[in-house]
Amino acid sequence: MGDRAHVLAALDEVYDPELDEPITTLRFVSSCEVSPDGDVDIRLRLPTPLCAPNFSYLMAAGARDAVRRLPGLRHVNVVLEDHYTGEEISTSLHRGSGFAGAFPGETDETELDDLRNLFLRKALVARQARVCASLLGTGACEDAVASLTVGQLPDSPDARRCRELRDQLGIGSADDARAFVTPAGEPIAAGDLRRWLRTARLVGMSLEANGGICRSLLQHRYDHVTSQEVSAK
Amino acid sequence: MYEKDGEKYFIVDGHLHFWDASPSNWVPGAEQYAKGWIECFHAYQSLGPKETHWPLDKFQKYTEADFERDVFEDGHVDVGIFQSTYLNEWYTDGFNTARKNATLAAKHPGRLITNGRWDPREGEAGLRQLEEDAKRYGLKGAKLYTAEWHQGSRGWTLRQPEARPFLDKCVELGIKNIHVHKGPTIWPLDKDAFDVADVDYAATTYPELNFIVEHVGLPRIEDFCFMATQEPNVYAGCAVVIGGLMHARPRFFAKVMGELLFWVGEDKILFGSDYAIWEPKWQIEGFVDWNYPDDEFSDYPAVTTETKKKILGLNAARLYGIDVPAELRLPAQAGSHSGQKDAPLVGGAA
Repeated sequence: MGDRAHVLAALDEVYDPELDEPITTLRFVSSCEVSPDGDVDIRLRLPTPLCAPNFSYLMAAGARDAVRRLPGLRHVNVVLEDHYTGEEISTSLHRGSGFAGAFPGETDETELDDLRNLFLRKALVARQARVCASLLGTGACEDAVASLTVGQLPDSPDARRCRELRDQLGIGSADDARAFVTPAGEPIAAGDLRRWLRTARLVGMSLEANGGICRSLLQHRYDHVTSQEVSAK
Repeated sequence: MYEKDGEKYFIVDGHLHFWDASPSNWVPGAEQYAKGWIECFHAYQSLGPKETHWPLDKFQKYTEADFERDVFEDGHVDVGIFQSTYLNEWYTDGFNTARKNATLAAKHPGRLITNGRWDPREGEAGLRQLEEDAKRYGLKGAKLYTAEWHQGSRGWTLRQPEARPFLDKCVELGIKNIHVHKGPTIWPLDKDAFDVADVDYAATTYPELNFIVEHVGLPRIEDFCFMATQEPNVYAGCAVVIGGLMHARPRFFAKVMGELLFWVGEDKILFGSDYAIWEPKWQIEGFVDWNYPDDEFSDYPAVTTETKKKILGLNAARLYGIDVPAELRLPAQAGSHSGQKDAPLVGGAA
């Protein structure tokens, strides 16, 4: 694998915190260049110029940090393009001054950390709901499903992502840990499973519906050239 | 009024705009924001059926004749509600102000309601303006845009103490319906903009007001739903839900609608086309024809003709005191379902 492929693979691990999907599959990475000297230049684009600055920052900073962890590279430059706060965010990333540094006096890092954690919890709930619904859909009973452990879950992208999210949330993903838990790590009892699923499914629906809208808007923004066509008149 | 299969629907479009986002109205120095804003709206239009898409120049500024045709003649709308949106830092004469909306409303007596707006960051001057607007336009509602930029601030919340005098003023002036924009397109910079907790707080503090969460808190529908089940005076404004999903993502639309019916209930969901983002015609006709696509939705609340009549007009008519012709009302109901446990499910099992 060449340097560029390594960089792209690292970006596969950077998630849109709000949608719980990699920024690569969401098509948010518009370009990725690695110079012969190992300098990296990454350009990110989003569905609208008004996408939330806090999530935008989390993705851009996540991309920078993921690539910086790779060996053998020199400078990593991440630029957020076509965004209302793109210049502020890109400059802050360049200087390493953080989200608060991008918007002096307007916000602080604590708020951003809280937001990140909130969305990790939501993502875990949503992923577990999909796994749970699919197990119940195959006819498994509540008792059997509720007692499953992490290691007993059939392998699937959702199940693998659940492990990552559990690790990030600090609730552990050992094989013998119960598979269906609250974001605080409390197991869901069999008797509560259906009610929990009703709520958890709503969280998943919300993420999916929003992801669908984001995809459509990105497609409209970058696969057509509407604005240029009009301004060329 | 829309009639289909012998059923007559009284239509209240709870979310209309008559904006001017043409370049001549862009604030010098803020052109990129004014341009970005309307292009973002235009992108949303692409989620509707292709034959309803407009070229950007028409979308930036459309005429009264366009509005009258799209809303009243083709659009089946009996009464429309303007959700005035100012954005004065980007648009010289405002994006669609109460004044501009009321001018058009005056030409259609009884058919267009103009909602005002307020912003706690404007302080005393804002309170006086609200009083004036209430008198001039007969305000029964206000649209709040907590993401609006104002003199260096990029957002506010209903929790701020500065919002209290304005909510008090709304109670005093009979501005009963508070529409809070919680959804796309823009977010307050430093807050968790998707957070609907500030509406929860205000709704608890002001039980005499109705809070309509526009765009159902998208993308945080779940937080909105959980909150709405707790607060009897919180309603779902489903602008963007129908326009943005029914055509583009029909299965997600079915899920969103099903969840809203389950958690919020058919008595508390209000239709809004969000015109001119989307024309009302295809949304109303499509929604009247709509049902869940298949068995996967068997544990969502059933959707009946009555459900659709309420959402498309009768709920908003109740909130705004709009007189509905007798033939378009529902027969006296033995009891209406208002979400969750008492709603009959598609699959028949309660």
